[in-house]
Amino acid sequence: MIFAVPVFPGSNCDHDMVNALRDVLHAQADLVPATTSDLTAYDAVILPGGFSYGDYLRSGAIARFAPVMTAVQAFAAAGKPVMGICNGFQILTEAGLLPGALQANRSAKFICQTSELVVRNSQTQFTTTYTENQHIQLPIAHGEGNYYCDDATLAELQAHHQIVFEYVDNPNGSVANIAGIINRAGNVLGMMPHPERAVEAILGSTDGLGLFKSLLANQGREVTHA
Amino acid sequence: MYLVKVYVTYKESILDPKGEAVNDALHRLGYTNVQSVELGKYFELKLAAGSRPVEAQVDEMCDRLLANVNMETYRYEITELEAL
Repeated sequence: MIFAVPVFPGSNCDHDMVNALRDVLHAQADLVPATTSDLTAYDAVILPGGFSYGDYLRSGAIARFAPVMTAVQAFAAAGKPVMGICNGFQILTEAGLLPGALQANRSAKFICQTSELVVRNSQTQFTTTYTENQHIQLPIAHGEGNYYCDDATLAELQAHHQIVFEYVDNPNGSVANIAGIINRAGNVLGMMPHPERAVEAILGSTDGLGLFKSLLANQGREVTHA
Repeated sequence: MYLVKVYVTYKESILDPKGEAVNDALHRLGYTNVQSVELGKYFELKLAAGSRPVEAQVDEMCDRLLANVNMETYRYEITELEAL
């Protein structure tokens, strides 16, 4: 499995992601510039965290029109796995690949801490190495991670098991404690916490490894997330 | 040529912690009769007349980029500028 990690001007978790994929998981991973228009050589795309285009206008609002996002749209439409972490999640909602939006944290503060999460759906291709309702520890670092969607969208997310991660101690005001969601088709996942920062004991937690290990284990397999 | 003034504000259901912080600061300055502060965005666009109606174009620009309609609403004013 070859991973593409798009780099936007202002991305800053791209190298952490490649470190996790290459050095820890011994997978193949390329940093690809935001000007890339073809991702057909790749098996999975991970949009990294950071402050793409300075987060001008809104987080992710400018990045969604970068050439690479046209390729990501096609990639996702073909059913291939796409993951967005932090700013990557914000880009996916702005691009309409995931429902809802990320608004300012309720406290108006940038929050940088370890958060306890519950894995609410371990049947997705990103989470099969976890068990249902497993508690994991992942770092969060964001000012705008407060997930918002309207009631009808929330009901849809719940009805189709699209809420994948929930906060135990909702740090930012997210609707229904949502930390990460997946699309209806089960191939696009967005989450505010940083699994790539929890892949070695020296980092304080290895709980993030499960996401990447799941993807690697499920390559080419049909995984329904219902 | 048109001058378009676009105002983007949060929907009522959306928290506005920056607006609340400004509200609190005004209270600390003694303006205790301030009931609420809403912080939004203001854009000024100058548009050359094109082949499409200007309203349709501005609606599209707001929907696609200037506002996130999941959490924001927008309104705009269009003024026709005199050709020089």
